[in-house]
Amino acid sequence: MTEVPEHLLRRSKERRAALGLPVPGGPDAGGAEATPATAGDPDKIPAHLLARSQSPGTAAGSAPAAAAGGAATTGGGTAVATAPAPVAKGPEGHTQRLLTVVKAGSIQDVRATPTDKVHVWPHLLIGEFVACMAMSAFLLIFSALVNAPLLASANYNFTPNPSKAPWYFLGLQELLTMFHPMIAGVTIPGIGIFALMLAPFSDKNPSSKPEDRKFAIALMTMFLMFWGVLVIIGCFFRGPGFNFTFPWKDGVFFDL
Amino acid sequence: MAKRLTRNGNGNGNGDGNGHRSPAERLSEVGEKVRSSQAWTSIFRPGSIFRKGYTDSPRNRSYVIMNSLLYHLHPVKVKRHAVKVSYTLCLGGLSFFLFIILTLTGIFLMFFYRPTAAQAWNDIRTLETSVTFGLLVRNMHRWAAHLMVISVFLHMSRVFYHGAYKPPREFNWVIGVVLLTLTLLLSFTGYLLPWDQLSLWAVTVGTNMMGYTPVFGSQVKFVLLGGAEIGTDTLLRWYVLHVLLLPFVIVIFMAIHFWRVRKDGGLSGPL
Repeated sequence: MTEVPEHLLRRSKERRAALGLPVPGGPDAGGAEATPATAGDPDKIPAHLLARSQSPGTAAGSAPAAAAGGAATTGGGTAVATAPAPVAKGPEGHTQRLLTVVKAGSIQDVRATPTDKVHVWPHLLIGEFVACMAMSAFLLIFSALVNAPLLASANYNFTPNPSKAPWYFLGLQELLTMFHPMIAGVTIPGIGIFALMLAPFSDKNPSSKPEDRKFAIALMTMFLMFWGVLVIIGCFFRGPGFNFTFPWKDGVFFDL
Repeated sequence: MAKRLTRNGNGNGNGDGNGHRSPAERLSEVGEKVRSSQAWTSIFRPGSIFRKGYTDSPRNRSYVIMNSLLYHLHPVKVKRHAVKVSYTLCLGGLSFFLFIILTLTGIFLMFFYRPTAAQAWNDIRTLETSVTFGLLVRNMHRWAAHLMVISVFLHMSRVFYHGAYKPPREFNWVIGVVLLTLTLLLSFTGYLLPWDQLSLWAVTVGTNMMGYTPVFGSQVKFVLLGGAEIGTDTLLRWYVLHVLLLPFVIVIFMAIHFWRVRKDGGLSGPL
């Protein structure tokens, strides 16, 4: 036998409690003290529909009378359950017709939306191939035109002025002019890396739409800009003695 | 083939009806024989396009991916928006491609390089002046290294702005940050190897900073330098880190990274 979804079982239980029918597995807290449904309850099946479903043989003219009778009693559900319904009645007073008036939205539980997919070959591999070829061509041409720096052999007795770290660490070297080395060289990058790792755990916003995450985007952009500006200053605006210079005034003191 | 044979027969009299076949037909017959041989069928798996040829069908499109060790890093199908260049800008893939280029050019450079203070700089000089393509390959290695740092950094920014680190991809983001750190370390350890003034003093600045690590700073510096100051021992240490240990570690993390991309449901989005 197939598994009946839990939410359907729950709805069935609630409905049975509302109708005053015996609930299999015992009534739960909500079902036990279910208030008698009134005719105005939107979830309640209209009494005249119930009456019609349980006595299909009767003439249409008797339906309004049944509806009036249902509305007059304080517990409409009880009235329907005790009404004689000899035709098309299943076990425990259930008829199949009752199912047809349950709202569609509560029965259909769509878990997976179908996704629009394409074959990796050729759609993705073509793009990857073109990107790799473009990158190879760029690298080959650039390398043929621009030589990697090779300065004089390492000499402990001659310190170049300025001596700079690789460009991606120049932001740190820039911080070194403002803070104690333990702060600039260890604490700040350590905290930075750690904060980056914690990003998915500290950002609890479930949305990935840009308009919903203005704060996260602003914060990251500020962080990246801050870092970029420090690196650019370190690369181009620092001259002998690591003092501030302008590249157009004193030239560039920077090797990649 | 039959068509051509007929034309030959009518045209220049080669097809005289005594089993005299055109070169093209003989070639195709040889091809048929090769493709049905045991050696061929043992190499190419059932469904391979090298067995029956390629015709464009959904089945063959799947076989292209499934029958290739490299391509089967990909799933057979991906979400339509994931193949848009404007979504990923190819940054993750290009980082990986640059890593492959760096591995290949790096292996070439290793043939001509000895990591000792006395020889390193001269080896680079000789590589540039006397080795065929030596200068070009060294340039490619250096520029690709800088590009990889940039592309990994941009890839991280792209992933952040798309919110692609959110559940279920949190762990892969952490792996990605580790990969960024490893990329920086790989680049920094390679920086020392030419053993020129640039590398010596850049590394001096860098290791002096690490010497300020709280509590065990001097020990960290000593381990990194292999002594009290930068010398041959440092060069050997950083060489091994650069060509063996760090690549080994980064490949493991890359494997996890790629695997998790698929396990977490492919690319994120669309926004």
